[in-house]
Amino acid sequence: MEEIIISTLQRAMVAGTPLLLATTGEIICERSGILNLGVEGVMALGAVTAFIVTMTTGSPWLGVLAALAAGMVISIIHAFTSVTLQANQVVSGLALTMLGLGLAGMVGKPYVGKPLTIKMEDITIPILSDIPYIGKALFSQSPFFFMAVGLALVSWFFLQRTRLGIQIRSTGENPKATETQGVNVFLIRYMSVIIGGGFSALAGAHLSISYSKSWIEGMTAGRGWIAIALTIFALWNPGRAIWAAFLFGGIFVAQYLMQPLGISPNFLAMLPYIATLLILVLISLKDPRKLNAPAMLAAPYKRGER
Amino acid sequence: MIRLSYTDRYQITRLRTLVTNIFSLAAGLVVISIIFLIAGVNPLFAISEIFQGSFGSMYGFKETITKAIPLILIGAGLTLAFRAKFWNIGAEGQMLMGAIFSTWTGLTFGDALPGFAIIPLMFAAGFLGGALWGIIPAILKIRYAINEVISTLMLNYICAHILTMLIVGPWRGATRFGFPGTDNLPDAAILSVIPGSRIHYITLILALACAAILTLAIYKTRFGYEARVVGENPDAGKYAGINFFKTTLILMAVSGGLAGLAGVGEVAGIHHYLGYPASVSSGYGFTAIIVAWLAKLNPLYTVISGIFFAGILVGGDAIQISLGLPAATVEIVNGTLLIFLIMGDYFLHNKITVSFSRT
Repeated sequence: MEEIIISTLQRAMVAGTPLLLATTGEIICERSGILNLGVEGVMALGAVTAFIVTMTTGSPWLGVLAALAAGMVISIIHAFTSVTLQANQVVSGLALTMLGLGLAGMVGKPYVGKPLTIKMEDITIPILSDIPYIGKALFSQSPFFFMAVGLALVSWFFLQRTRLGIQIRSTGENPKATETQGVNVFLIRYMSVIIGGGFSALAGAHLSISYSKSWIEGMTAGRGWIAIALTIFALWNPGRAIWAAFLFGGIFVAQYLMQPLGISPNFLAMLPYIATLLILVLISLKDPRKLNAPAMLAAPYKRGER
Repeated sequence: MIRLSYTDRYQITRLRTLVTNIFSLAAGLVVISIIFLIAGVNPLFAISEIFQGSFGSMYGFKETITKAIPLILIGAGLTLAFRAKFWNIGAEGQMLMGAIFSTWTGLTFGDALPGFAIIPLMFAAGFLGGALWGIIPAILKIRYAINEVISTLMLNYICAHILTMLIVGPWRGATRFGFPGTDNLPDAAILSVIPGSRIHYITLILALACAAILTLAIYKTRFGYEARVVGENPDAGKYAGINFFKTTLILMAVSGGLAGLAGVGEVAGIHHYLGYPASVSSGYGFTAIIVAWLAKLNPLYTVISGIFFAGILVGGDAIQISLGLPAATVEIVNGTLLIFLIMGDYFLHNKITVSFSRT
């Protein structure tokens, strides 16, 4: 029994890691008032970039950096259309997803099904990892796990306590007033979209070089979309995103746990998506006003307009 | 220094829309060419292959029309939802639900009823399936304030899994020898095609009729007006006494229903049985979003934009074979074209003036 609990917890953490990375990125982006639906595509591009670079250079960290760069660069497209051109953010984000999935499929074709032999060593924190039950799950994990939790905490602090973080949040609430304070709203939004894209690509890197150690088209399997739902679930707060992501990681793992009980694998595969909808309904039943969405989310801002 | 200033354009002529769209598509093709070039493919050859494959031969053209059928149906439905700013990204799931409902109808009643009775019944069932799957996100949005982008997408995944569950489980046909999929539909339940092609013309006629009726509905009826107000000026709509819940329910029932009809066409006209989700739809639900956007949310124009993007799908298949490019190439083409179309919108709505001044 103890073993099952430990392995379930550990796998829930692993499954939650990419969700947390992408959710944190999307929170920063949406806090500035820009909705980015391109997460799924950027994640796929990050996955394929990390995989190819890791395989050819032999260094997973170079792979991570390359994924980060690729994610940031492709997100500029969304920043340009939604900030500079004030285009419809829903459609622009969808276009980014199509482009990202397409590029990933094209670039990654020769690498489909090739196993990655280079391993990223797990980080084990002495003493803490010896705590019964939770020790191994929380303190002996891949570097991505610590990176995800660390980035979420840093982002929380950044958004709540730093000058720039407050500027990002106020840009999402009231760009006009923020600009009157001498803040470059366009620059803030560009930056937020690009950082968010970088985080999504890191999530992809985790999938291809740590989680499954291979690349195949469609391996992101809707995780990008779940991250967008988790952004709402976390009420745009990176701190809450941490437990939200790992709760969902748990739901992913539950699929495999329940399979031996004779339940249809297709039914179990539905669980994360059904859970997403149910949880959103529960939040809304509790108190929709508490949602606390950025007031100007997805509303284009025109400079000089009164 | 050079100053760029813009002023809103209030009057947008049809000609300007057309010219802007053509320029946007052309600019998109330039970028696609660059991507091809980087991928080591001669872009001129690739692009001409795409259009040769889709419009350059009788066989290609027939295939293009075949694939335009679901795109027109779904795209026309999406224009209605998008006008009301209801971002229905779930046409894929609504289409699959239509396929599920109509397959059940066809398999259950197909042997007992003649063709002229079973075919309309299947289309009705398909519409119902798509509509039911479409009104779920409408209820979730109006009653629970749940973002429809998320709910429609989640419902896509859920529907795909339901379909798979059915075809590997209770619906697995005895004639499939253990492979997933239902038995073939009875002959009466199969749509006839134009000889020498795969064009199931009944669905084609239905698609054209739906596009025309929907255009009339949007521009000439009270409902169409209300749908537009819901999207463009919700506050004014509330004062005018528009029932948001009812309007959203109806427009999503129609949007989902039309996607459901597309599902009927694919099952009864092309495959003749229900197989894996990826074989029932090759991403029509997503491609139709671009179809609706290129049509500037006018259902009638989805006939043209539907044929155009069907051509890219068919041409994309052609270059996969002739140039050995992966299936994802079509997604690059679609994504890039969509980005340039929304960029073009900016120039459509804003008048850019360049002036030189000394500073």
